[in-house]
Amino acid sequence: MKKILKGAAALSFALACSLGAASAQEEGHSAAEPTHFPIHKPEQMDWTFAGPFGKYDKGQLQRGFKVYKEVCSACHSMNLVAFRTLSELGYSEAQVKAIAAEYTVQDGPNDAGDMFERPGIPSDYFPSPFPNEQAAAAANGGAAPPDMSLLAKARGVERGFPQFVFDVFTQYAEGGPDYIHALLTGYGQEPPAGMAIPEGTHYNPYFIAGKSLAMAPPISDDQVTYDDGTPQTVDQYSRDVSAFLMWAAEPHLAERKQTGFSVIAFLLIFGVLVYLTKKRVWRQVSH
Amino acid sequence: MSGGHSTYTPKTGIGRWIDARMPLPRLVYDSFIAYPVPRNLNYAYTFGGILAIMLVAQILTGVVLAMHYVADTRLAFDAVEKIMRDVNSGWLLRYLHSNGASMFFFAVYIHIFRGLYYGSYKAPRELLWILGCIIYLLMMATGFMGYVLPWGQMSFWGATVITGFFTAIPLVGTWIQELLLGGFAVDNPTLNRFFALHYLLPFMIAGVVVLHVWALHVVGQTNPTGIEVKSKTDTVAFTPYATIKDGFAMLLFFLLFAWFVFYIPNFLGHPDNYIPANPLKTPAHIVPEWYFLPFYAILRAITFNIGPIDSKLGGVLAMFGAIAVLFVVPWLDTSKVRSAVYRPWYKLFFWLFVIDAIFLGWLGSRPAEGSYVAMAQVATLYYFAFFIVVMPVLGLIETPKRMPNSITEAVLAKNKGGAGHPAGATASPETKG
Repeated sequence: MKKILKGAAALSFALACSLGAASAQEEGHSAAEPTHFPIHKPEQMDWTFAGPFGKYDKGQLQRGFKVYKEVCSACHSMNLVAFRTLSELGYSEAQVKAIAAEYTVQDGPNDAGDMFERPGIPSDYFPSPFPNEQAAAAANGGAAPPDMSLLAKARGVERGFPQFVFDVFTQYAEGGPDYIHALLTGYGQEPPAGMAIPEGTHYNPYFIAGKSLAMAPPISDDQVTYDDGTPQTVDQYSRDVSAFLMWAAEPHLAERKQTGFSVIAFLLIFGVLVYLTKKRVWRQVSH
Repeated sequence: MSGGHSTYTPKTGIGRWIDARMPLPRLVYDSFIAYPVPRNLNYAYTFGGILAIMLVAQILTGVVLAMHYVADTRLAFDAVEKIMRDVNSGWLLRYLHSNGASMFFFAVYIHIFRGLYYGSYKAPRELLWILGCIIYLLMMATGFMGYVLPWGQMSFWGATVITGFFTAIPLVGTWIQELLLGGFAVDNPTLNRFFALHYLLPFMIAGVVVLHVWALHVVGQTNPTGIEVKSKTDTVAFTPYATIKDGFAMLLFFLLFAWFVFYIPNFLGHPDNYIPANPLKTPAHIVPEWYFLPFYAILRAITFNIGPIDSKLGGVLAMFGAIAVLFVVPWLDTSKVRSAVYRPWYKLFFWLFVIDAIFLGWLGSRPAEGSYVAMAQVATLYYFAFFIVVMPVLGLIETPKRMPNSITEAVLAKNKGGAGHPAGATASPETKG
């Protein structure tokens, strides 16, 4: 009992300290000139791949891929993802070949020593829309659009204390897709009175690194045609493309979680057996 | 190895032949089967075994990862992604290795705190403790260099910041930094030497672990009462008693490990490390891995000059001092009583120290601005005060609680009415297992 009381006292001490810290964070922070970003934390969405039994929804991945192909890929490369891996989205071998062939890939040199262009094959990777990073930056107001292969793992808004402790138990690992969804749906709001938005940038209170970003609102309702009757809204597009980017960043997620279940089940059963053995071994010895 | 003669008797002809020439089986038998351990060890004492198995796990996953990794700034990031995407079970190996490092540190912190709580560093175990401190230092170097290898943004900028510390040292600082980097900035030579050292250091750790275990087996384990083993009834044989208990604790630890690896493998990492290193783009906040955060907070807490020592050198000295002070703990603690169980005041200050260390860790993850700095300064002050003031002074003025005469007496007092005498279990440990 004494130990528990002491633990509780310790915990409340730590809590008090961190609360003091939290209030410290607000210094110099105003609505018009915020110092901490994002201005709003992303909303937590429901994802099929969240939780211990999470797996990707292939229909959603295909829709997300369509959004990427028709919208994002105009500016964003995805050079760690090979066409062959698209079969995981439920496409047949022929479909994967057809998708790859839609892209033009530079190859060579040939026997004459010249570089040449040819249609993509499944073992190729998504080509970049720009010849190099400098060209990408020059065409986009100085900021090269980031590669999308790992975007869903390379972005994440800090959860803060004590939320990050709870996240261990709830297995929250969807900070990336939540952020991408929040950013894509976060355009079009009026900036607070008095806030100066630099020219050529767009206010978005969900942007992680400032009050506005160079990317214009990339997508609008009905821009991409879905043939499965899914609503063609910005919100739906954002969910689908976020799920697709999570797959692009972590293609083995479902396999990982399934393996985890077997591993943990094994450890639990084996653990109980070892515990019972331990009890039996120690039965004779008070300790 | 310790406390008397060997009880090993080879049963077969081959066994006797080997025993006469190179008594390795005898060494194993004496060290891990017949070796007497105090009968009252609790689960805090299982972390030594857990650490041993984590070291083996890290080396095994690391060796396989090294078969697929390329230490070249142009290729390293993609090589890691190739492991994650295309190598068979590569994602598993890499997540085991990266989370394994965190688990390794988590276990070592419990192991160190256990030592501080039960006074495990006191005579005659000073060398045992110092060898442990050396292992911890080697682990820090290994962990730091391992984090640089994926060549993400935090890899690069973490390496830049940490190697930058060395420039604070007068006269030789810049020379040391350039030696570490293999140039004037973090670049390909840095990555290459860090990879070489990251592969080498774990084997050095393994070497010091052998010394650590050797020293342990000479002086014997401490126990929660802090009273030395006096008679045979105080101990049980390592096998089966300690092996089964350690085994069970390892399984519990693996459950925690698996939870992170399979469900939240990136929880302990930083999203920025999934962005390839870019020397021209500094991340908003450069933070090291979580297990270095308390020291990072101490480093940044020194924002003022102390006489001829400027704040930068002061911070570096404080940070290294925070680790160096561990080495002299056996001589800082003046108490004649070993275990915190019988030291009510030390117990209080110890738990405050644990909270302080965790609090420093959290501060290390915050930007060094506003009231965070003041809080880090207070927390740093307590960190050092615990070692330099509390430990020596408390030992002189504290009145310890009455201590039992032996481990057996303590155990029997605790289990009044329970199974009394340890039956045949301890009377003839050599017949067990």
